Amino acid sequence: MGLISNGTTIFDAGSLTAGLGGSMTFIKKLTASTSSTLSFVDGASSVVLDNTYNEYLFTFNNLHPSENAHANFLMNFSADSGSNYNVSKQTTLFRTYHQEDGTSSSLLYQNEFDLANSTSFQNLYAYGAGDDADMCWGGYMMLFQPSSTTFVKHYSSNISGTDGNYEHNHFSGGYANTTSAIDAVQFKMSAGTIDAGDICLYGIG
Amino acid sequence: MGLISNGTTLLDAGSISAAKGALTHIKTLTASSSSTLSFVDGASSVVLDGTYKEYIFKFYDIHPSNASTRFQFNGSIDGGSNYNVTKTTSMFIAGHLEADTDTTLTYQTGDDLAQGTGFQDLAAYGDSDSANDSCLAGTLHIFDIANTTFVKHFMARTNYVAHSYYSVDSYAAGYFNTTSALDAFQFKFTSNNIDAGTIKLYGVT
Repeated sequence: MGLISNGTTIFDAGSLTAGLGGSMTFIKKLTASTSSTLSFVDGASSVVLDNTYNEYLFTFNNLHPSENAHANFLMNFSADSGSNYNVSKQTTLFRTYHQEDGTSSSLLYQNEFDLANSTSFQNLYAYGAGDDADMCWGGYMMLFQPSSTTFVKHYSSNISGTDGNYEHNHFSGGYANTTSAIDAVQFKMSAGTIDAGDICLYGIG
Repeated sequence: MGLISNGTTLLDAGSISAAKGALTHIKTLTASSSSTLSFVDGASSVVLDGTYKEYIFKFYDIHPSNASTRFQFNGSIDGGSNYNVTKTTSMFIAGHLEADTDTTLTYQTGDDLAQGTGFQDLAAYGDSDSANDSCLAGTLHIFDIANTTFVKHFMARTNYVAHSYYSVDSYAAGYFNTTSALDAFQFKFTSNNIDAGTIKLYGVT
């Protein structure tokens, strides 16, 4: 059944007419439970990661690692529906930090956590994810036009977290240096697992 | 036909009046060798007034017609007759060369404005690259543009392929130093055209 108001189709065939609803659409939530990876694959488990939207927004909520030792939060792209997470990337990462007792703070570029046309996982939150019970990190990552087969695919992320009584604010940006469509994104820790927290995916446009 | 539930009008006269998302798409402009792309309140279905407290511009696959040029914007207080509003701004970038021989985190003194009426750079550091797969993506937030008491602030973050194949994560912010309402915005490159790409305007409720 459809619904028409004043000549305008409001909804039909199970979907709202484009432009009438909001422009930010919730797609999928993955909740970590001692998870080695969290993966969003287009076409699997109701995930949409194609040309339906111009932009995809991942939000990171209360992510908590299973172990300390400065385990880092990592991300990679797939161009083959999640069979391989190994897309070449050119990236930057810089951060600020401030110690709770006020004795240390800084703003610096992190050479060891960027990538130069590398297929490795990209650090989104490096140098510390504390495993104290109340420590976690939160933030977002925007992925632009992942289905383009003409241009490289840009991403931008910002994460604030806690570790060892430090506040960290990490900024990463870059591009998947491929003209193949990106159709899956995976998140994981450099060591141990994602103990708890959730990642939500939204479509914009 | 309208639809009323428990006294609340959900939809009427062809539009949804409740339960709508807080991010509303207003207008999409697509470049095709365009010298400028302009959003003018009241023209071509564009809304840029007190309807929303915040406006967001999204940049997707912005590709210049020539290399060594920077993506810029300006505002107008006279319906787009002149794009020359006084601004004080700041800009910094993180950059990483694909050859992995250079990284940087720097304030860009050449790309800020001190009470200048010129266009504000949204990309810098080596200028944009025009290779077929190179492009720019990002977001610009502008706050309370209809206010006639305060200055109007903006914040932008873009990621792009710069000349010589840098990945550049660029941050610009500042304020239009006027108590007149802003009612139009224009985007362009410092020289030549916007060869391709899309700019979308959203209102935030």
